[in-house]
Formats: sequence, C-alpha cells, structure tokens
Amino acid sequence: MLRYLATRLLRALLTILAVSTFAFAILNLSGDPALLIMSVDAPPEAIEAFRKSWGLDRPMWVQYLHFLDNALHGDLGRSMRDGRDAFTVVWERVPATLALTLPAFLLKIGIGVSAGIFAALHRNAFADRMTMTLSVAGYTMPSFVLGLVLALVFAVNLGWLPSGGYGTVEHAILPVITLSLAGAAVLARFTRSAMIEVLGQPYIRAATAKGLPWRRVITGHALPNAAIPTVTVIGFMIGGLIAGAVVVESVFSWPGVGRLLVVAVANRDLAVVQSILLLIASCMVVANLLVDLTYGWIDPRVRTHRAAGAG
Amino acid sequence: MTAPLLVADAIERHYEVRRDGLLGKRRSLRAVDGVSFAVPPGRTLGLVGESGCGKSTTAKLVLGLVPLTGGTVRFDGQPVQARHDAAWRRQRRDMQMVYQDPLGALDRRLPVGRQIMEPLAIHRIGTPNGRRDKAMALLEAVGLGASHLGRYPHELSGGQRQRIVLARAMILEPRLLVCDEPVSALDVSIQAQVVNLLGDIQARFGVAYLFISHDLRIVRQVSHEVAVMYLGRIVEQGEPDRLFSQPEHPYTRALVSAIPTARGAKARERILLQGDPPNPVDVPSGCAFRTRCAWAQPLCAERRPELRPLADGTRVACHMTHGDIAARRAA
Amino acid sequence: MTISMRPPAVVAAPAAAPPGRLSRFLTAWPPGVILAIAWIVAMLFVAVFADQLSPQGFTKMDLRARLADPWGFGGTTAHLLGTDELGRDVLSRLIHSIRMSLLVAFLGTLLSAFIGISVGFLAAHFRGWIEEAMMALADMQASLPFMIIALAVLAFFGNSLPLFIALMGLNNWERFARIARGLAIAASEQGYAGAVRHLGGSPWRVYGLHILPNIAGTLLVSMTLSFPEIILLESGLSFLGLGVQPPLTSLGNMVGYGREYMQSAPWIMLAPSVIIVLTTLAISILGDWLRDRLDPTLR
Repeated sequence: MLRYLATRLLRALLTILAVSTFAFAILNLSGDPALLIMSVDAPPEAIEAFRKSWGLDRPMWVQYLHFLDNALHGDLGRSMRDGRDAFTVVWERVPATLALTLPAFLLKIGIGVSAGIFAALHRNAFADRMTMTLSVAGYTMPSFVLGLVLALVFAVNLGWLPSGGYGTVEHAILPVITLSLAGAAVLARFTRSAMIEVLGQPYIRAATAKGLPWRRVITGHALPNAAIPTVTVIGFMIGGLIAGAVVVESVFSWPGVGRLLVVAVANRDLAVVQSILLLIASCMVVANLLVDLTYGWIDPRVRTHRAAGAG
Repeated sequence: MTAPLLVADAIERHYEVRRDGLLGKRRSLRAVDGVSFAVPPGRTLGLVGESGCGKSTTAKLVLGLVPLTGGTVRFDGQPVQARHDAAWRRQRRDMQMVYQDPLGALDRRLPVGRQIMEPLAIHRIGTPNGRRDKAMALLEAVGLGASHLGRYPHELSGGQRQRIVLARAMILEPRLLVCDEPVSALDVSIQAQVVNLLGDIQARFGVAYLFISHDLRIVRQVSHEVAVMYLGRIVEQGEPDRLFSQPEHPYTRALVSAIPTARGAKARERILLQGDPPNPVDVPSGCAFRTRCAWAQPLCAERRPELRPLADGTRVACHMTHGDIAARRAA
Repeated sequence: MTISMRPPAVVAAPAAAPPGRLSRFLTAWPPGVILAIAWIVAMLFVAVFADQLSPQGFTKMDLRARLADPWGFGGTTAHLLGTDELGRDVLSRLIHSIRMSLLVAFLGTLLSAFIGISVGFLAAHFRGWIEEAMMALADMQASLPFMIIALAVLAFFGNSLPLFIALMGLNNWERFARIARGLAIAASEQGYAGAVRHLGGSPWRVYGLHILPNIAGTLLVSMTLSFPEIILLESGLSFLGLGVQPPLTSLGNMVGYGREYMQSAPWIMLAPSVIIVLTTLAISILGDWLRDRLDPTLR
C-alpha cells in the first residue's frame, strides 16, 4: 500500500511540474513575457523592473528555475486589469467556485449513482429505458444550452429563480443543477453498466442461492463491488466538473474562478491565466490522488497485491 | 562436394537480464551459446530440442532477424546481419521462413491470393498479371486450386493456411527455407500431408530447409541431418537413422527413449531425467547437461565438452562418449 | 473478424417469410440509428450546400426588421426563423453556422486522429524512450481538462481560425495514440506484421497496408466519439466568445450572441441549441451502434 501511495505521489508531483513547464513554455513561445504580462502600455521602467525580477535577461533555464521559485512563493505576476497580485485575484474567487462545485459534485454523484443503480435493478423495463434516454439527453446537451434553457424556463418565463448573479441560495440553484446534470447523466450510464456486470457475476447468484434476501445481496455484495470502477470514473469526472464550471459560471454570471478565467483569456491577462492554470492543475492532481487513495483503500486486491511485495 | 549454402559459425545470442526486479544482479541469458552447423544446398537440417533450448532463436539468428552477440552467419558466402537495410531486404529473396501459427502470419483482411503475391510486389518483380499467374502456379504447387485465390484466411482450414504461408514463402524461390515448428499447430492427420508437401517442394525447387521441431518422429522423416540442442548448445549431430537408432549423448538417449514405439516392436527402456530443466540464465558450468545426467563426473563440471566427430562422422559433445571419462553411472 | 459494412441481404429472404423481413430489417437497423443517419446526412448536405440553401447572405443586415419573429409566431416568410439584433436572417446564419461548426469538428477530428495514429505507430515501432515520452505526454494531456488547456493556449496565442482548428486537433489525440500503439504492438513480431517484414517489406508497407486497415474499424468508432466532443468544445468556446470570432459565425457563437436577447427573442438562441443537441445525439447514437456491431464484447 505504501509503495502504491509513493508512486502515485511521485506521479502527481511530476504532473504539476509538467504543467508548470507547459505554462512557462507557452508564455515564452508566445512573445516577450515582459510585454505580454505587463502589457504594451506599461512604462519602460516598470518593464525593466519586471524583467529584472523575473531574470528575463538570463539564460532560459535560469529563468525557468526562477519561475518555479516564484510560483512556489505564490508570485505569478500582476493582473493587467488592476495591477493587483495575480494569485490573490484568483484566490479570492475560489470560495465562490467551491460554493458551486461542491454541491454540484455531491448532487451529481447522488443523482447519477442512484439513477444508474435504479436502472440496473429494473433492467430493460420501462424505468430503465426512460432513465437511459434521459441520461443520453443529459450528456449530449452542452452545459451552456442546458443552463440557458433552464434559465429561460425558470427565470424568464416562470420567474421563480433569478437568471444570474450572486448572493443568495436562490442564485445558486440553477447553476448547481446545470453543473450536476451533465455529469450525472454520464455517471448514471456508467453505474448502470457496472452494476449489470456485477449482477451477472456468479457470486451474486451464489449469494441469493444461500438464501440472502435480495436487499442484502445488493447492499452487501453488488454495491461494494460496483463501487470500485465507479470511483475511478468519478475521479475522471472531476476534470469535467471544472471545465463545466467555467461555462456555467459564465452563463449565470457567477463570480467564480471560471468566469475570471474567461475574462482573463479575453483580455489576455496572462498572469491571471497562468495562476489559474497552476491552481487547477494542483486541484486535479490532488483530486486524482484522493481518488487513487480511495481506490486503493476500497479495492482489496490493490491492498494485498502491494502488501505481498509483488511487482 | 558442393559448398554449403548456410554456415553458422559459433553463433551466440546472449541477453542481459536483471534477476529479482529492478535492483537484482545482472545475469546473462544464454539463449544460443556457441552453435555451429552447415546446411548444404537442397538438403534439410533438422533441429530438435525441448522448449526453451534455443531452436527458434537460432532460426532468427540465421535469418538475420535478431542480432548476433557472437559468431558469424554466412549465406552463400555473404555475411548475414540483422540490419534492416537494403542489403538485408535483398537477402530476403533467398531466405524465408514458415511459422508455427499460420493464422497469425496472415493478414485476415486480405484475400490469400494477394498475400501470396505480396513478396513479388515488395521486391518489384513482374507485372500484376504475371504475379497472378505465378501465385496460381504456387497454389497448384502446394496442392490448392485457383479457386482459393480469393478466399480469406479464416475461411480456410489450418492445413490449407499453412500451405498458403508456404506458397507465399516460396514465391520468390528462395534457396533456404527456415521452418519453425511448421506442423505443431496442425492436426496429426494434416501434419503428414504438410510434411509430404515439404518434401515435394524441396524436390521441385531444390530449396534447403532448416527444420525446427520438438517432434522427433517428424524430424527423422524429413531431415538429411539432425542436430539436437540443449540449453543453447548442440549436443549431438548426425544422420537421422544413426542418431535415432544409436543415440550417443545421454540427452539424446533420453529423448529417443521417450518416443512411443508401435505395439509389438521391442519396447525401449525409458530413461527418465532427474531434476527440472535449468534456466538459460543459470547455465551450469562445463557441460550444460551435467545436472541431469546419470553419468556426470567432476570433469563435466570443469570443462565444457566440444562437439567432436566420432569415427562414423556423428558429432557428439560429451566427455564420456569420447572416452575422456569412464563410462560408469554416478553413484 | 472482418468488419462487414454491407447491410444484411434483405432481398434474399425465402418466399415463406415476407412478414419476417421487416422485423429482421428493423433489428439490424434500429429506427433510432436510421433517424440518426438521416439527420447526419441532412446536416452534411446543409453544410456542403450552405451557399445555395441559405435564403440570404449571413451578414446581410436589415435594420428595419430587427428581432423579427419567426414565421408562424407572427413573422413573415421572408425570415423563416426571424432576425437577430442587427436584422440578419437567422435561418441563413444558422445554415452557415452549421457549415462552420461541422467543418471545425471534422478537421479537428481528422487532425487529432492523424496526430494520434502517427505518434502511436512511432511509439509502437521504436519502443524505448519514444514510447515512454509518448505515454508521459498523453498522461500530461489527460491530467487537465482540455477546455482549460485550450483556454490557456488561446490566451497566450490569441485567436485565429487556423490556430483554433489546430487546437481542436489536439483534443483527444492521446486516445487515438493509445489505441494505435496498443494494436500495432499486438500485430507486430508474432503476427502478420512481422511476417511482412521478414518478406522484406518496409515499415511503411507494414503500417500503411496492413496494420492501419486492420485497426480502421476501432479508430473509426473513436472518431465518432471524438467528433461530438469537438462540437461541444467548439460551441462552448464560441459561446464564451473565445472560439469562432465574428464576422464568421458558428453554432456556439450564435447562442452566445443570442443570449442577450433571451427574453425578447429566444429563437436566436434556441435554434442553434437544438441543432447542437440533435447533431451530437445523432453522432453518439451512430457511434454506439457502430461499436456494438464492431465488437459486441466492447461495452
């Protein structure tokens, strides 16, 4: 188990390093970093100072190390819009995004997994087909379309909920629902097939033959085994959640990191973009690490395989 | 006496492996460990041995598919090297291979006729029509008909597929054909047919064979000379009838003793070998066979026996056979 | 197993079973799949003949007829889907948007397939550090959601259509690379690929004439998965104003600009949305069906 953890941790660190290198590379490829980050209008002295502090007159690898060093200290340059420290600008938006993504994540798992299990247990019945059709609609529909349609129906036509903005719980309802539905649809499909595969296994039949009530078979045997592949899929979907947040925040004018990213890209506010990039990469890496940990914990084969010292 | 077509001179193929994971000791896996033989034109050399003795690796070395780590191979006087350059590709026209798994060796998406013609296309020989005619001629030579040209591999039986592979290999009229367990995957009744076909092809095209198999009876049937391999070395080599009726090397004796005899014929005394076949990573010092040999003695651990001829020309690599040690069983 | 793309021989039914023919036909070609194919064909037709089909130029403004309703909701037949805030005919814009979005998705998919297959084959052929590098790159790409990567690149390099299409071409290349590499390795040495090399064939021949046709089916299915992803990606980015830029128009673009008039003229936003949803749905259905036909053991 320890070995498993160690390798995963190493990979995580390498990935973050790789993403930082990527950020550094495209920054340097796309033009003079000083001009790009400081913008063309900045006074020459400021540009010079920037160059000095980032060591832009030094050889490339020195710059790279400098960049890494700065990044570790949280110094990623200044936002072009208001001159404030880029990382701070990003960081203050994080709570808003969390307020959206965390509930959406839970909701997505809740709806998706339940729907999938439900469909699997009533396989080929009308309930199953209905659920699956709905889920197909869920994942082929882009999140912005879904968001706009929901806004159109519930905000514009029915007036029950606000169509955008930030402040109260009502403001959060539509964005959270939009964000969770697409992921829920995919999760439902996947959970359904995982459950069906598990239910087809001989040990399920053995359990019912033993006389266990069907409910116990499901909760005691089927669900735990179906959980294993499902957990890995949930891990993959975290990325989709982040990408979805970018769009949904823009649709509902929610002042989170996603919306900031869009604005920053439009304004070519590169320091902010870089900061967000590193932030997201770190989150993804941490999330994947957690998923790997959970996976290693719930799948006994991983635990014992490693413990036996094989490999 | 005509010059031999193929000469292998003390060829070696060693692999560097690490035992016990990433930090284990570096060992040398001696797949082929000093093998020498010569194949005359139009004749068959049979190569027998257990799985893992290095027969297939020898075949690949001889064809230049795998690089040598020692020794040389000469085909028609020219060196054979495992460099996939133009010279190597040119040599493909003279030496080809037939495989154990005919279905795997054929592209399942293409009709077999096209696959038979492919070597001609690769080496840019002939015109499309001419190639078709040639393919039909080869089909007829392997005992199939023109109707098979358009069939797909999965539509044919195992024996038919192997004939197709043979036709494809022969269409360039190579002078050497390496057959690596060509009938092992086929039903016994089909085996005989394919073996006979190989004989016909040799008579018709004058092609030399390096015939590799673990099946002693078939090897005896097709070969003009047989070499027995053990752990990457040849331990005995000679005429088939002599080798099988009067095996000299202890290993050959054990192999021959295991051949089932027809009912009524004199039953052989079965020699059972002790121990497991050792790992090619851990080749015993001196004679590789000594750990399982009932006649092993101290000299066998010290000095590796050379493959030397006896009076009648049979070559054996054993101290006891050549009289260097007394022929008595170990206590 | 050879992939048969021919429909089952419906005409050769025995005389005693005419009623059976229809049900057999429907089993082999489910109605959903037929509808999906019909829709895709229709969209392709629109994309190819956009200039002939659109009633007016898509930039033609008519400021006297701004935000006109569609026909049937109070509007005239002059503008079947109404007009937008600058008086441009929504139907014409829609038709041209379909062409743009399909074009981007098509080129993007082809590009990512090309990159992926080439890298995959190179990794399979040379093994060693090239393979390691490829796996590392693929992992790196998979570690971030592609939309984020795309946004970062757009921020740094600005936006022009060729760059944008190239960016779309980087989506999912690693999926193709993994498939190509895996299948190429499986085919090599022991199998027919090795046999052709032994015959003297060059690596080009082996990969081009033998391995590629054999894996084409699997790759095609992956392409049907990748295509709708690019449509969604492009429309998402265009919606955010970061994708296809005006005066060019794409489906996402239209939704983005139509959003401001959600209350007064919702059709500007709804028409392209419907097209997006139906098109991705159709291709997904087709892809699923192809995958089932290709290999029922693949989930």
